[in-house]
Parts: sequence; C-alpha cells; structure tokens
Amino acid sequence: MENKGEVWIISEQDKGKLAEISIELVSKGRELADRLKTSLGSVVLGDNIKHIPEELFKYGCDTVYLAEHPDLKYYTVLTYTNVIYKLAKEKNPDIILFGATTTGRDLAPRLASILPAGLTADCTDLRIDDYSDPRSKKVLKDTLFQIRPAFGGNIIATIVNTWAPPKMATVREGVMKIAPPQNERTGKIININPEFGQKDLALKVIERSKLEKKVNLKNARIIVSGGFGVSSRENFKLIHELAHTLGGEIAGSRAAVDGGFIERDHQVGQTGTTVRPKLYIACGISGAVQHRAGMSESNKIIAINADKDAPIFKIAHYGIIGDLNQVIPMMIKAYKEKGKLSL
Amino acid sequence: MKYNSIVLIKQVPDTKNITGEAMHEDGTVNRSALPAIFNPDDLNALEMALSLREKFGGTVKVITMGPPFAAEVLRESLYRGADEVIHLSDRRFAAADTLATAYTLSKAIKKIGEYNIIFCGRQAIDGDTAQVGPQVAAKLDIPQVTFVDKIEQIDDNSITVKRSIENGYEIIQTKLPVLLTVMGTANEPRYPSCKLVMKYKKARSAAEIKAESENNKDSNINFNETINKLKKKNLLIQTWDADNIGLDASECGAQGSPTWVAKISSVQLESKEIKNIESNYNSIKELISELISDHILG
Repeated sequence: MENKGEVWIISEQDKGKLAEISIELVSKGRELADRLKTSLGSVVLGDNIKHIPEELFKYGCDTVYLAEHPDLKYYTVLTYTNVIYKLAKEKNPDIILFGATTTGRDLAPRLASILPAGLTADCTDLRIDDYSDPRSKKVLKDTLFQIRPAFGGNIIATIVNTWAPPKMATVREGVMKIAPPQNERTGKIININPEFGQKDLALKVIERSKLEKKVNLKNARIIVSGGFGVSSRENFKLIHELAHTLGGEIAGSRAAVDGGFIERDHQVGQTGTTVRPKLYIACGISGAVQHRAGMSESNKIIAINADKDAPIFKIAHYGIIGDLNQVIPMMIKAYKEKGKLSL
Repeated sequence: MKYNSIVLIKQVPDTKNITGEAMHEDGTVNRSALPAIFNPDDLNALEMALSLREKFGGTVKVITMGPPFAAEVLRESLYRGADEVIHLSDRRFAAADTLATAYTLSKAIKKIGEYNIIFCGRQAIDGDTAQVGPQVAAKLDIPQVTFVDKIEQIDDNSITVKRSIENGYEIIQTKLPVLLTVMGTANEPRYPSCKLVMKYKKARSAAEIKAESENNKDSNINFNETINKLKKKNLLIQTWDADNIGLDASECGAQGSPTWVAKISSVQLESKEIKNIESNYNSIKELISELISDHILG
C-alpha cells in the first residue's frame, strides 16, 4: 500500500489564543489520521506564538509546523497562502482541513486554486471510506468523504475528491466534538522560516475590530429553548446543559425572559428573534402564537411539555409529554452514549 | 481615474423558497421546478460596480457561465446599467466544480484583458461555497478581499475596503487590480430601469438562439439570420465557448473538476404528523439515534 501523507489542520489563533474551531479540527483530524494510519500535523502562523504547539499536542497533533514572523501577526491571505503553499508542496499532505471561518473561507480556496487541489466548503461531517469512481471505474481506497448541506440546507451532499492529494475542506464551526485534552502528550515542532516578497505584502490589515461574541440565534443549527415551565433561573441550567451537550444555542420564550430566567437577547418569537434552525427543542413552552411565529419554520421541532394539550404539540414533529426535569437529563445521557458509539 | 470593472454573476435556483413540489420523492431537489433567479449577493456586486462607475467613470462588464437560459441574468444586468455582458456557454462547461468554474472564468477575464476591479457576490445560494471568487483571484495572480461591505477609498493603484469578520470588521488596503467578493448587506441593489428594459428586452445570446431553434424544430428559426438581425440592432449578447477562451475539454466541466458529488440525501422527513415519544430512557435514546442518522444532530 502506498504511503499516505499526513492529515493537516490549518490552525487559527487570535492574539496568541488558539481558536476553538482549530481544537475541534485537531480532535477530528486525530480520528482521521488514526483511521488512515498516518500522523496529524498542524500549521500555525503568527508572531510570538511559541506556546501554541503545546496546546495542539494536547488535543492530538504529532507535528506542529510553526511559522513565526512579524508580517504574520494578523492574517492576510497573501502571506498565509505563501507559507502554506510552499510547505504543502514540500510535504505533500493527504488532507488539509480549515475552519469554515472568514479566514478559512478566504484562504482555503486561494490555496486550492494555486496547488491545484479539490476543496469542499463548509463540511458538517468527514469520513474515510472506499469510493468507486463511476467516471474512471477506479476504486479510491480510504478516501475522504466530505458531507455538507447544500441548496439552502434542503439536501445533504457527500463529496469526494478524485484528484491526487491534498484533499481540502473547510469545516463548519461547532460541529466536531472536542476530545478531552491529554496534558502529558507531546510532539515535534518544525520551525518554518517564512520569506516574503513585495507581492506577498501587497495586502495589509490597517485596522481590526472584533467584539466579544454576542448571541447569534439566527445562525444556530440547534436551539434549546426554555419557557415558563422551566420555572426558575436556577432550573434553566438544564437548558444550558442540553444546549452545551448538543452543540446548540440557548433561547427562551417571552415568559422565560419576563420571568428573569434568561436575558432578552435570547428571546425567540414575534418580539424577539425569528429562527429556523435544523432542530428546535422547546422545553416547557406552551407554544403561544407569538412564540410559534418565531420558530415554526424550524426544520425539526421537539416539544417537551407536561400538558398534553399544549399548542406547541400541534407544530412539533416529536412530542414528549412529561416532566422536563426528567426528560432533559435522559436526552443528555442518550446523546453522550450515542456520540461515543459513533466514533 | 476611471475604473474598469468586471462583475461575475450566476443564475441560481431559488433555494430560499423551496416548496414541497420542488422536492423529488427520494428527497433530492428538483432543480427544474424551482424558479431561476439572479443570485442575490451578485446583485450587490453589480450595484457596487455601477455606483463606482457613477462616481469615477469607467465601464462595467458582466460575465456569467451557464446554460443557454442563464442569459436572462445578463439581460437583467443590462436593465440595471451594465455596459457589456458576456455569456460563457458550452456543454463542455457542464458539471464544473468551483475550481473548474474559476479556471473557465479566469480564461474569459484574460481574454477581456484590461480591468481594475473584479466584483463577485459573497456566495451563491445553491452551493453556498464562497470559493469561486478567491479561486479566480488566485488564477489571475491578483489580490482578493472577501466579505467586503464597503469601498472606503480608491485611487490610481490602491484600494481600501471594509471586510466583515466574525463579530467585527477589518480595514484592508491593497493594490489594483483586485478581486472583491461583496456581502449582501453592502448596499441596496437598484431596480431595473424602464428605459433600459425597453432597450434590451429583445437582447439574446447566441447560445440562447441556438437552444431555442433546437427546441422548436417547427418554428423555422434561421440561426444566422437571427444573429445578423440582432447584431444590426446591437442586441446580440456575446457567447464564448471553450474554444473562444482557449480551453481544452479536459480543463473545464466535469473533467476539470477534482471534486465530485458521490451522494445526495434528504434532510426532510415527510411526515407532518407528530410522533409521540414516551417519557422513558429507551424511547428517548431511539429518538436521539434517529436524529443523528438523519443528520439533524451531529
């Protein structure tokens, strides 16, 4: 069998802090590298970021390619492309993964175009399997299956790359689970010495402003929402816990907001935000028309309510009549166990 | 200084308004049942180019790659004020992924030759990849700025733009020529002008006429005669095929595409009936499994 190249993660850091998406990708990358019996490398670029490799090793990297240079302090597409292009040409990785962030979605296509290599955008799942190519009649052994929503989220497409490696993909934030860190784990650091010509420096960031992360219900794929039935701010912790487990955002009905269980910027409904996530879990929400107006277009709705006549059941796809204090912990447990099985 | 712009646009199925009729029974999308529209973000790209021309002078050329009927978005560009439109149409372009599309577009841009700014929409609503713009910029070896909200300043050889990032923005300065991908929030696209609609409503691309004459064998459309008539009235939209832009079949369409769709599956469950789940651990475990296998939960 031919020797597979490495699996690479292009890590992102901001002012020396490793981005969460990069940790998610390293966790997934470890799984893919094990499946391919190859090693996991990560390229990280910046200035004064010597502490980053250690973080990457903890989550599963074997090798970190560390590129430090004053001109790499802020991401610019030309300098970053220069460094990664040269390195990829030299090392021939099998797979290169990027976060589907404004950085990854700027950098990955430019790099794919000059390598050239196939690139799939905004993946929500990645798998390794054999693929019989109907065009060439060849079987691609252990290739990367890139799974992503398309057509406004109405279909799920599985994409394969039929060209020689690298196979490249950007991966949506928050979909890959973070593996528990192993503090004693270590790896090899390879220092890169970037060299830039005038052309690489033709694009400059002259100002950058980034606010603390605000509530972003509109783009949430999964929303766990609580209503009056949650009964207290204290008990709203259950909603937080379920949302955290499923990788979703938390929200509330007007009754929950008025009751002080949750802040107003989380409110879903006519006077709050209109959402259409893939999954909306309504916990202890009766489902008044004003609330329904803000969430009825959700792709799938699960309603949990003790009152079997609650109107929320009229628009839900799945109804659980019962006490949310018992149902939610069961959901958390079931998801955690299922998640373990699918790995 | 006057700026010459090229705008890259796409005709897309209206994925924002998918109804039951537009889905096949196996859950895939029936493209032909969806109305074809001007990709929304591309209207913002065109608007940015047109307002730049209004301020400084210059020209706005629009290119689309697509089947014969995609020339509709070129007419809509003329209605809004584009100076020239070009239709890249060839069966050999079919089934192109983003890389093959970018290569084809870059060859057409090289044929046009002179330009200062290339505008693209941030992304198209059918694939949502946002890849073609940066891939074109790389093929042309010019800088790119993606997710652009505003041109802050422009002069003879430099441009300063505001770029949207997660929870914030960047001000980027770079050199001309440049490729920009424009956000849907960047501006309010203008409506077609009545005068221009009257002027261009009969404009047709050669690819369209060819397709029309092939589809209506009885209607006796004389291809050459029609072309000449349109040419005389200045209503012929240029069509370029692979040969016109110096592309080999192996470099475009499916053959020039590294990525390939292996499978399409549905995320919709047809049942509108509520499914009652018992409030016990086994039932809930089954529900979670079902949601995972339906790609609802990751």
